Amino acid sequence: MIDNIDLSLVDWSRAQFALTAIYHWLFVPLTLGLSFILAIMETIYVKTGNAEWKRITRFWMTLFGINFAIGIATGIILEFEFGTNWSNYSWFVGDIFGAPLAVEGILAFFLESTFVAVMFFGWNKVNKKFHLVSTWLVAIGANLSALWILVANAWMQHPVGMIFNPDTVRNEMVSFWAVLFNQVAVDKFLHTISSSFLLASMFVLGISAWYLIRKREEQLAKRSILIAGVFGLLSSLMVAYTGDQSARTVSKVQPVKFASMEALYEGKSNAGLMAFGLLKDSEKKIGDKTEWEFAFKIQIPGLLSVLTGGDRESYVQGIKDHINGNDKLGLISTTDKIKRGRYAMEILTSYKNASLNNDTAQISATKSIFKDKDFKDNYFRYFGYASINKPEDVIPDVPGSFYSFHMMVVLGFLLIIIFSVALYLLFKGTLSDNKWFLWVALLSIPLPYVASELGWLLTEIGRQPWIIQDMMTVNKAVSQIGTGTVITTFILFAVLFTGLLISEVSIMVKQINTGPKH
Amino acid sequence: MTAMLSQIFLQYYWWIIISILASLLVFLMFVQGGQTLIYTLPQTNIQKTMIVNALGRKWEFTFTTLVTFGGAFFASFPLFYATSFGGAYWVWIAILFSFIIQAVAYEFRSKPNNVFGHKTFELFLFLNGSLGPFLIGVAVATFFTGAMFSLNNMNQVLWATHWYGLEALLNIRNLALGLAILFLVRVNGLLYLINTINDEALLKRSVKGLISNSIPFLIFFLFFIISLLLSNGFASDNGTGTMTVEKFKYLHNFIQMPVVMILFLAGVVGVLFGIGISVFRKSLTGIWYSGAGTMLAVFSLFLVAGFNGTSFYPSLFELQSSLTIKNASSSHFTLKTMMYVSFLIPFVIVYIWYAWKAINNDRITEEEMNSEEHKY
Repeated sequence: MIDNIDLSLVDWSRAQFALTAIYHWLFVPLTLGLSFILAIMETIYVKTGNAEWKRITRFWMTLFGINFAIGIATGIILEFEFGTNWSNYSWFVGDIFGAPLAVEGILAFFLESTFVAVMFFGWNKVNKKFHLVSTWLVAIGANLSALWILVANAWMQHPVGMIFNPDTVRNEMVSFWAVLFNQVAVDKFLHTISSSFLLASMFVLGISAWYLIRKREEQLAKRSILIAGVFGLLSSLMVAYTGDQSARTVSKVQPVKFASMEALYEGKSNAGLMAFGLLKDSEKKIGDKTEWEFAFKIQIPGLLSVLTGGDRESYVQGIKDHINGNDKLGLISTTDKIKRGRYAMEILTSYKNASLNNDTAQISATKSIFKDKDFKDNYFRYFGYASINKPEDVIPDVPGSFYSFHMMVVLGFLLIIIFSVALYLLFKGTLSDNKWFLWVALLSIPLPYVASELGWLLTEIGRQPWIIQDMMTVNKAVSQIGTGTVITTFILFAVLFTGLLISEVSIMVKQINTGPKH
Repeated sequence: MTAMLSQIFLQYYWWIIISILASLLVFLMFVQGGQTLIYTLPQTNIQKTMIVNALGRKWEFTFTTLVTFGGAFFASFPLFYATSFGGAYWVWIAILFSFIIQAVAYEFRSKPNNVFGHKTFELFLFLNGSLGPFLIGVAVATFFTGAMFSLNNMNQVLWATHWYGLEALLNIRNLALGLAILFLVRVNGLLYLINTINDEALLKRSVKGLISNSIPFLIFFLFFIISLLLSNGFASDNGTGTMTVEKFKYLHNFIQMPVVMILFLAGVVGVLFGIGISVFRKSLTGIWYSGAGTMLAVFSLFLVAGFNGTSFYPSLFELQSSLTIKNASSSHFTLKTMMYVSFLIPFVIVYIWYAWKAINNDRITEEEMNSEEHKY
């Protein structure tokens, strides 16, 4: 492997990817959710023939178009950054990771981009039903594209369906279905699309509330709130359900990430769920890393054990169980994992040297080791640990994981309440009279954006130091280019994306202020 | 059946798919070509609006094809993806940068309160139209002229210059292909506008523009092709995979693969015929001949780059690190799985064609622009 990794290069490469991903995710969830809201609205128009629904659909479609373009713009960079900034990673797992990206292009992007043209320009060129089908296909295409990229990301969290090939020094896919139906992928897809539906619903609800505050477009606003309220409430309940499911899976496949989400250092039975907590430094350390403790906390006794294991007696693993090992649970220490990973690396190096020297006896001897089940299960599975220097390096940023997780959960529950109240007031017929709520709805538009970004921060911060859980660290994955080069492109992207965001928000605000054209 | 699909068959199959996507991409870059004309071709604002809208209804196809091309290359030849993208960093980043600014330019250009003004977004369109095809041409030229990289025994790339791809701009053959592609997409852009916009004055100016763009296209294209046929190539031994430099390798490839040569010549004839009937017979359908010709020519050039034991990404720094379709590909399982997915491509083409026809059924007119609500 390439030694002497420049850590500033790793940091800047991570910063560039994070910048692109964060900006991309400001736009994509709205596309995913609003596309379905448009499809529902247009279906009502086609079913009822009521021109007002067409007018409503076209108004939201204008906002959809503004957001759609910038989502695409930021998305193209993400795909190619795997190659430009993470080339070692691209080779190490390209055999598996590339496939979902290619399927995404062939099956989803073309569907989306083909029919979005019909959706925007086809109102007077194709018949009503063809147009409606196009709108639905845009929604399906957009969400299908989310499926494939999430499958790829889920594989990084929980690599399955592959085998290591020492000849090519990479992982190779042996089961497409295992990759596609990876439990993390299923959880991640359902949680992500439902949170995107929620975000789009909040967007529609908030803007409609603004019209009611200004006493403009009341019919459009109320009908939009009806759709967004129902869609949003159902989505927010689904977000809660899939979020719970997702956390349970994380507790099994990424236990250190899960323990960090709860700032749980000591594993225990009857573990309480942290409803609220503030972390502070402590004197205690794990290696050279601070062990955080709670300055203040509100805990629901036993609930974490119940949620993860089904009953109060279930043991929830803490960070120290993985650093020090836990014989009762059959967990080996990180120090042992590092030793085993280094042994696996030695075998690989020995195999590659033998190949280089054409030493057939040594080639045959070392190659057979890679086929040995004991070696695969007990040594090679810790291959990534070969590049870990100290055991505590496998602990992710605990405050970052803890706060992003808990703030996301709090916001999720708050949004369930907002959608419930909106529907209650709408059906009661007093929505327009409750100005306070209309303001709450308007000011709540940013909340799902914040929650959604926090979700991704948790996903990615919590996985550190790995780019692929237990198999490859980010340090080993980075492209060997100059740090100055990456800093330059980081600045270029930061300026460009920020400029485009300002432009998008300005256009959006103007369009909302202008209202529907018809 | 699956047991019979050999690795080499799948590698060839996927190189063909990559070549098809590349050819489709170059054809669809008529959008970029058209974007380079927005300052010179229209004489009135409404003409400019017609041009931008004619192109704007197709930009997503080009964009999607580029993304799919990248994804398919990643899935089928990941070592190329890791090597070229991770090494020739600046070239690829510049290409991507030009496509980012395009994606928003159409939607934001005519919208009120877009902060930067419509001229900025028109400049974005022009920059994407000029830089995108030119740099893609330069990057593709390195498939023949080589790049400065080496791979260690763990297949990790080390780039041998600190220019990270910019050094490709110092090679005259790379520049020639870049410029040839740029003028070709301008020609195709003009042919597309002739086909799509119903405006007599614009038609006349487009035909004039065809002549002035065809000449530089032919000069740069012929220069590149002649130098290619006369140049050394990078050959891989069929059994050992050892790389050697072979005199007239690409000429040999054309001779040893006559079908590819016929496809290439048919492509060139198609482009010239498309231009010819538009200039001399005032035909509106030149884009289809030129488009098909473009696809055939690019497709066959890719086959020349990758087939017949040729390195499609030669290393000038360490010859034995050169990439071929054999040593750079994915595993048998992945190639086979992806092949099944690729069977859906004809279905995708059919619905694209259907939707394209639905939108382009009538030519764009000034009246339509004045009444259309969703316009760029």
